[in-house]
Order: sequence, then C-alpha cells, then structure tokens
Amino acid sequence: MAVSGIVLLLFVFVHMLGNLKLYLGAGPLDAYSRWLRTAGEPALPRETLLWAVRIVLLAAVVVHVQAAYSLTRVNRRARPEAYRSPRDYVAASFASRTMRWTGIIVALFVVFHLLDLTWGTANPDFRAGDPYHNVVESFQRWPVAIAYIVANLALATHLYHGAGSLFQSIGLLFRRRRAFATAFAAVIAAGNISFPLAVLTGVVS
Amino acid sequence: MKLTLKVWRQTSPEARGDFVIYTVDGANEEMSFPELLDLLNERLTAESSDPIAFESDCREGICGACGLMINGQAHGPQRGTTTCQLHLRTFNDGDEIVVEPFRSAGFPIVKDLVVDRSPLDRIIQSGGYITAPTGSAPDANLIPVPKDDADRAMDAAACIGCGACIAACPNGAGQLFTAAKLAHLNLLPQGQPERPKRTLAMVETMEAYFGSCTNHGECTAACPKEISLDFIAMLNHDYRRARRSR
Repeated sequence: MAVSGIVLLLFVFVHMLGNLKLYLGAGPLDAYSRWLRTAGEPALPRETLLWAVRIVLLAAVVVHVQAAYSLTRVNRRARPEAYRSPRDYVAASFASRTMRWTGIIVALFVVFHLLDLTWGTANPDFRAGDPYHNVVESFQRWPVAIAYIVANLALATHLYHGAGSLFQSIGLLFRRRRAFATAFAAVIAAGNISFPLAVLTGVVS
Repeated sequence: MKLTLKVWRQTSPEARGDFVIYTVDGANEEMSFPELLDLLNERLTAESSDPIAFESDCREGICGACGLMINGQAHGPQRGTTTCQLHLRTFNDGDEIVVEPFRSAGFPIVKDLVVDRSPLDRIIQSGGYITAPTGSAPDANLIPVPKDDADRAMDAAACIGCGACIAACPNGAGQLFTAAKLAHLNLLPQGQPERPKRTLAMVETMEAYFGSCTNHGECTAACPKEISLDFIAMLNHDYRRARRSR
C-alpha cells in the first residue's frame, strides 16, 4: 500500500507541476507535452520516457488496488460482528475512514480524465498534440469542470490520510507526518483545482 | 445519581445477544464503573435474576481485565484510564450509558460482557520472551542501556494487554498491542539476539487473529496507558528488516 502509494504520490505531484505550464500559455505547455514524447531522442526511441512512466504507474495502480482489496478483506474478517451501539471515534479522521470511497472516486475520474485528455474520445474538439486547446475545450463545459473539482477534493482527502500514513507503514518515524500530509494535499488540490477555475473565469482561454 | 444502563446480555457464545435496559438508583459519583455494575448485580441477585457477567480484577488500572465498550468508546470517554478508573462523576445524573463487550473475531464473547482475550497470550507465547539462562539476579548495570532506550522500552512495557486497542480499531487490528510487546524487548540489549525471529513470529501470530493497521490512530486514543503509535512504525521497521534477513 505504502510503496505503491509513494509512486502515485510522486506522479500526482509532478503531474500538477507540469500542468502549471498552462499559465505560461499554449507554447510552453505544448512544448512540454512534445518533450515528454521526445525525451532521450535520438539515443532512445520516441516515447520511451512516456511509456516507462506509464508502465510503472499502471503497476503501482494494480499493486495499490490489490493491497486495498486484501486489506479490506482481512479487516472485514477481523470484526464479523459490528458494534451494535454507535461508535464514538476520537482519532480516526473523515479521510482515514473514507479511503475506500475517495479511492474509487479518483479511479473512476482517472478513466474519464484519460478519455477526455489522452485519447480524446470524451472531448468535444480533441486535437492530438495540442493539450492547451484540449484543456480549454474540456473545461469550458461546466459539468466537466465541476466533476474535475469534486474528484480533486476526493484526491486531496485521500492524500491527507495517505501521505502521512505511509511513513508509519514503511516503518519510518517521522513526527511531522501530519503536517506534511496536510501541506501535500493542500498544494495538490490548490494547483489542480485552479485549472478548471482559470478556464471557467476566462483567465486561461 | 440515577442512571439508565443499556447492557449487552448474551447467555452463551452461540446465543443471540441483545441490549437490556436497567435503571440504577442510588449510584453515587465516587463509584467506579465496575462498582456501578456491582450495585446493579446485587439488585439482580436479590431479585433472583442472572447477574451481568463482566470481568474485573485489580480495580486500580494495572491488570487489564475490565475493558468494556462504554458509549461507543473502549474504556469509556475518559482518556488514559481503564474502565475501573472511570468514575461516575464523568457522567451526569439521568444519563443513559450503553455498555457493550469488546468486539473482534479474536475476542469471542463468553457471556454478557466477558470476552476471551487469549489470542493476546498466543502472541506473547510466540515470541514475547528472551531465551536467557535464569538464576540469581545479575548485578545492576552489568549491561549498559542508554537512558533513552530504557525509557522507551519502559513506555512500551506499560501495556497491560487489555485489548482496548483492538476493540477501538475500526479494522480490529492488533498492531498496537503487538508493537508494544515487541518494542519493550527489541529496544533492549537483552532482546537483540532473538529480535528478527521474535518479530516475525509475533507479527505472524497477530495476523492469524486480528485485522491490519491503516493508521486511523483510534488505538492510541483508547489505550489506558497511552502507548504511542511510534511503536507501530517500529514494528513495521523491524518486520521489514526481519523479512529481509530470513
């Protein structure tokens, strides 16, 4: 759970940083997108970096989901008879108790996100190699912008627990893990949610 | 004080249990929680009904026998205390208090509020000891122990094995108990020779009975000895190292 989580955490961070180029205009964002495909050329074949990252991410997702599934099964078996009186939680956060649901929301969103901006089948006017145009076209549809914001709030909630919890799981004593996780979740949410808002308000067009 | 108690009654491990509501008059706020149950049981005995089965022994917070789920919290709402250190002054006159046994697949109900917590003994039996020749007590300070390590080992050794961590955990996980039992040996020089073997054995036994940790933190909050989550990080660290050395 923790090791695959770290891989996904790094991706989410780099993905958000890369997308900030949206604010620099169409040129830099499209150049960055081209670089992702041509990095290492001519020593390496085209799209080597892109596919290496995709394979690692896919493996991380598979491991993460499998770990979540087996953890859920073990924990269901560990308390077959639930408490009959309402529990009064004092330490478990909303985030820690809803990891399963925020995880499912994020997974469903990723599928839509790929259809929308990678394959373009869910995009009204998809142009391969022109991410700036595709992003603006996509977010001008307000239901898509809202779905994007909701999914990123779910992601931030997931990270708020996960980014702190991972230190415990890998056995690393880090006393400021709560502060780190809060800051990490806030940075990711702020960056990602700013994109649809920027398009809707016309800052980026 | 007049209190309404909603108590889980179950005649045997297989029987279907349910809550029974009792009104207790004449309780006073100096009473501890087991004393409140004693008061109710005296009345039930006088009425020739079956008294409520519950466990308690030392009644001073060191034996770990008296754990109950009180108003949805292990050992009740007061932090850092056992059920027997919970006094009625924590409640208000006229309150309704819900009392349930600890619930976990590893803690089958014996009767009413009594559960069988022997899986905790199984975990200790699998590695919670050091293999050393015994005999007369060795000289003090024969083996130097850094003060920091001694303090942390002592903090872990404060665990009384009440099972509240498991009862409070939304996953029914046994990590805090096992981590405490591992740490008080794994931190000291005497515990080093068997450190990997102990860690593997105790974690594997734990996994046979209990759920697994997802770092909710309810265990530490419920622990009457306030054992730190840091020991769970240490368990994971030791387990990873032991797995690699196997």
